[in-house]
Amino acid sequence: MKPNLRPLGGLSLRYKIPLRVTALVVLVAVAVTVAIVARQAQQTREDLDAYSVSLARALANTMRSYLRHDDVWRAYEIVVAAAADAGAPSVSATPVIVTDAEGRVFVSSRPREFPVGARLADLGPDFAAFAGTRGSDGAERTVAAAGDRLFYAAPVVVDGVRIGEVVLIASTAALWPRYMEIVRQATIVTVLTLLILLPASWFWARRTAVPLIALAGAMSKVPAKLDDIGTEALPDTGDEIGHLTRAFRDMLQELKRKRELEERVIASERLAAIGRLAAGMAHEINNPLGGMLNAISTYRRHGGGDDLALRTLALLERGLTQIRGLVGALLVETRDSDRPIGPEDIGDVLLLVAPEIERKGGHLVRHVMLDVPRPLPARQVRQVLLNLLLNAAHAIERGGCVRVEVAERNDFLAIRVQNDGRHISEDKLQYLFEPFALAGAEGSGLGLWIVYQIVQQLRGDLTVESRPGLTLFAVDLPLSAATERPRSKDERSPAVVSD
Amino acid sequence: MIRARVREVRIGVTAVFPEDQVGMLHLWRNWLEDRLRRPVAFVTRSSYREIVDMVRAGQIDFAWICGYPYVRYQRELRLVAAPLWQGRPLYRSYIIVASDDARSSLLDLEGRVFAYSDPDSNSGYLYPRHALISAARDPDAFFRRSFFTWAHRQVVRAVAEGVAQGGAVDGYVYELVATLEPKLVARTRVIQRSPWFGHPPVVARHDISAEEFRAFFQALAMMSSDEQGRSLLRAMQLDGFVHAEQSLYSQIAEMMRADAAFRSSRRLAKS
Repeated sequence: MKPNLRPLGGLSLRYKIPLRVTALVVLVAVAVTVAIVARQAQQTREDLDAYSVSLARALANTMRSYLRHDDVWRAYEIVVAAAADAGAPSVSATPVIVTDAEGRVFVSSRPREFPVGARLADLGPDFAAFAGTRGSDGAERTVAAAGDRLFYAAPVVVDGVRIGEVVLIASTAALWPRYMEIVRQATIVTVLTLLILLPASWFWARRTAVPLIALAGAMSKVPAKLDDIGTEALPDTGDEIGHLTRAFRDMLQELKRKRELEERVIASERLAAIGRLAAGMAHEINNPLGGMLNAISTYRRHGGGDDLALRTLALLERGLTQIRGLVGALLVETRDSDRPIGPEDIGDVLLLVAPEIERKGGHLVRHVMLDVPRPLPARQVRQVLLNLLLNAAHAIERGGCVRVEVAERNDFLAIRVQNDGRHISEDKLQYLFEPFALAGAEGSGLGLWIVYQIVQQLRGDLTVESRPGLTLFAVDLPLSAATERPRSKDERSPAVVSD
Repeated sequence: MIRARVREVRIGVTAVFPEDQVGMLHLWRNWLEDRLRRPVAFVTRSSYREIVDMVRAGQIDFAWICGYPYVRYQRELRLVAAPLWQGRPLYRSYIIVASDDARSSLLDLEGRVFAYSDPDSNSGYLYPRHALISAARDPDAFFRRSFFTWAHRQVVRAVAEGVAQGGAVDGYVYELVATLEPKLVARTRVIQRSPWFGHPPVVARHDISAEEFRAFFQALAMMSSDEQGRSLLRAMQLDGFVHAEQSLYSQIAEMMRADAAFRSSRRLAKS
């Protein structure tokens, strides 16, 4: 596994998407807050400037008569009232200083700090700097910054003569508490907004991640645990995830179909190999067997021999005949000379089997819809029907039911034999059509093998379905070569369905 | 209907009494109306001069003014009564500084900013000028700057808040304000007290009728003899009103003459 260089690379989408959305929300909130704070701070400064300039101008008008009449006390009461004005913005320019024509303090709202008669320029470096900004070109400055102070000035003019100046002073440091208050308020609003937005965004982000996680979880089970994958819970939306789900479902079905095919091919190949083995062995056994039986027959015909020899020969003959029967059963052969099957053949078979079923108190339900002989070898089709019916008769419990159906459908002869007896377990279904597969049970162990061989030779189709309460064998035999199912050689194996 | 035809008695009040004590003036007016059986109106203005001019012009009947304008215009005015403060019809001027100020006399305030109460006040203007002249100083050049607050109480404020480093104030008003606004007065300190002068008098316009004069004098003189009047006097921190002679204000007249002499000598020196 190559080293993961990206810090979040290995994290599940379950966390990655919500984390990214959260980060984005926080980022946006912080950006909005910063923008609001910046705007508010600017607004605060603009308010301060506008208010201070207009206050300075209003005071300058008021101060005209007091400056002319040298009325320090009334001027003092005005500037004190102005400095304490409740209508001022949260940060206001105080103190207020009124200077005379020589730049001396006529009166100030803080007389101990800015005493009457002191030169404005002597009050400190900021004041000296402010005093220095004026006079060079004669122009009046309304707003000036010096050091950490802001100066707002308005001249007191009477009849065109400048007799003094009103100066309002704000400390930029005084703005900081106001800025901090704005930041505090904005932070509270941001945090409240985040408290609402974050759970919502987390929730929606999780909703986005969940289908992907479900899909990833389902995909991780491919190909080992195909049957464990539940596709019902997967998202079936109209978006790309929905497309992905549908593609995944299609892929899953394709994989299952392929696996089924492979299983059938394997079963088919195994049965074919068994068939070849059985045929080869039967051939090899039949040759010496025929010779041995001929020799016994010849020996008898020529007479003679003692009693013991005759008894021994009889024993040998019975044994060899049994072997021939068994080999003949293994080697199922089609005889082209056989006559076509007709309705009477079906009736014969049913007549033969009926007592077997009645013996167990069961009943036979028949649906035979075959009116005229059809071009299929009668002996072999009878054999198929007989074997299937005998198996069904054995399978049912007392009072059980066997249902048989023979009908012509789309150029096929369809044979259905079904019973409600013990069902065939799944592990037995795998080897159901092999010889002696059900060894130990009643019967020869060759019945279904013979059925399979015959259906194969007639190029038909054989399926079995078995679940509790229902076991169904279905045989479809083509009535002509043209209607033979277009299947590959691999597919010629019994389809096994179990539940 | 008869009352409607009766002319009201108009009484001017200057800053010799804390003019912002509207409630006290209201009670005093009610009491006077009861005594005089006439409507009474108190008239206040922003400076001594306006009240003095009104009584001189006969626009008001009586006025409580300072001894200084009284002696200046005594031929146009009739002396009605003088208040009794601490048992005597006398008061004095205080020179005050801020409580954290180490200066100990008026002469220490040279080159500083000084607050006078009113150019027509004895305690708040004439006396400190006279004290400087007596000490051979020029009262118009002694301070770097001086200004009028137009009321004694405001002198206390000007000194307490640092607008001026020193001030001259009516001792009676100072003590009265000390009980009404102890926090304000605590920020100041008295560094010099003047000799005793005649307490600011109540005067009448010169053409007042004998009947009105007598009625008003009796009303003032009777204040200490009824419960309501005594309660009012207690609030004003006075003991009553008594008949006063011109001679009570002779010291003020003396200082006024000295001040005039100083001014004319300086004018001569300049020319």
